[in-house]
Amino acid sequence: MLSLLSRAPASALRLPRLERSQLACALAVLPFVVLFGLFQLAPLAWVAVNSLLVDGQWSLGHYREALSSPFMRQALGNSLWVSVLSSLIGLVIAAIGSYALYRSGSRLREWVLAFASMTSNFSGVPLAFAFIILLGFNGSLSLLLRKFGLADDFNLYSTQGLLLIYSYFQIPLGVLLLYPAFDALRDDWQAAAALLGASRWGFWRQIGLPLLWPALAGTFLILLANAMGAYATAYALTSGNLNLLTIRIASLVAGDIYLEPQLASALAMLLVGMLALTAAVNQWLLRRRPNALD
Amino acid sequence: MRWTEQHSYRLIVWSLVGLLAMPLLATLLYSLSSSWGATLLPDGLTLRWYLALWSEPRFLAAFARSLLVCLAALALTVAVMLPLVLVAHTRWPWLDRLMQQLMLLPFAVPPVVGAVGLLQLYAGGPLPIVGTPWILIACFFTLAVPFLYQALATSIKALPLQDLLDAARLLGASTPVAFCRVVLPSLRNGLLAGCFISFSFLFGEFVFANLLVGTRFETLQVYLNNMRNHSGHYTSALVISYFLAILLLTWLANRLSRSAR
Repeated sequence: MLSLLSRAPASALRLPRLERSQLACALAVLPFVVLFGLFQLAPLAWVAVNSLLVDGQWSLGHYREALSSPFMRQALGNSLWVSVLSSLIGLVIAAIGSYALYRSGSRLREWVLAFASMTSNFSGVPLAFAFIILLGFNGSLSLLLRKFGLADDFNLYSTQGLLLIYSYFQIPLGVLLLYPAFDALRDDWQAAAALLGASRWGFWRQIGLPLLWPALAGTFLILLANAMGAYATAYALTSGNLNLLTIRIASLVAGDIYLEPQLASALAMLLVGMLALTAAVNQWLLRRRPNALD
Repeated sequence: MRWTEQHSYRLIVWSLVGLLAMPLLATLLYSLSSSWGATLLPDGLTLRWYLALWSEPRFLAAFARSLLVCLAALALTVAVMLPLVLVAHTRWPWLDRLMQQLMLLPFAVPPVVGAVGLLQLYAGGPLPIVGTPWILIACFFTLAVPFLYQALATSIKALPLQDLLDAARLLGASTPVAFCRVVLPSLRNGLLAGCFISFSFLFGEFVFANLLVGTRFETLQVYLNNMRNHSGHYTSALVISYFLAILLLTWLANRLSRSAR
């Protein structure tokens, strides 16, 4: 305040000191408001409004069209089941891994967490290509498996293959999100429970899981949202031949045949609705998280 | 040595690491092999795919474009977010609460959804920037904002901000000078860690790059996707080169955020 006072007479603006500093704050925030407004809020608003417009009239026509088409319903169904299943698989593997990590030495732990954060960046197009090399028609692992008569009817370029790849990219993310919760479990709680006569299963049922479940549920929701909004991996795997919600949306605005941005908007709003729901439930879970894990 | 419980936990951890490393290792081996047919191991090892890749002008151009767009977007994001974070943590505490809510938005609105609106709004009209690097820079800004805001907010909360500012003013510095000479240097590590994380995220961006710009300004990811019908060895060398760049960045980010704590 001292410095502002001493500079005040030199100022060309004859505003009171407090207002001048409010003005400076507003100017500092303005570029963000403009950029965020133009490139984050405006596109979303365009999508929301146009999903409800049919020939200039408010209508639910696009939503009706989207939900009555078997093709679109299949895309929605595929997106949902691949996302839910891959999130569950990823969550279970990540939970087992995080617990084992929590139980192994600290040097290994740090290294593995760094490795997980590294592989969590391995997604999208490069990930799809790596899986094609490993498990595609002439992939080295597919050839090996086929030699032993295993996995003969496995097809990477299908929802089956997509489920495998999605589960893969959920694992490191799950470990990174879950590990802090395991780290907060204290060894003496297990010892205290054992002293009071609880079996190992009893400890998990009565103490461990009730403490961990908000973290587990929250991680599941983040993984779910991550998978539902994913586009690059599925697109790179089959150049857009898999029927998923995100692939349908993109092909309706950037496809080769016909463009229907308003129908794409309706599908996009369905996706946003589902993601917003998972985000809201996650926020609610975060607020209810027991104090012991804070 | 007796088999203890800890050994089984370590076994689980190592199987997990092996599982996660498998696609990467296979790609690495594939990129180094001269040919790999219906056998368990490749026929011979060679560096020629890497030599071919790193002397291909289209690849080098795409790599340079990716670097350029990511660096420009990052510079823009830092320039815009620094003043905002300072205001939110000194004068307008309500702004911090609002930002925490706004930062959830990009997670509920995946790039595919944003692209639908962006294509309609900026293909023509007063700001026709679809198909140019400008729209990528702007979109990358929206992607980097949550990372940078979080990184900056975390490190600024750890500072005794009011004490620092009071001390600087007592020594005769004006508020802007105090910010530049005292607060900014203390935020350096947090800022750099946030930059590296955002950079590795932006470097891998494909959806905006492919839908809004495509081959008109081919970035690395779009180039990789367009090489799908090329030799698998060549694309493997590309994937590995890309991954090594990311590896370096995350390693730097980890080191910096550790020394920031």
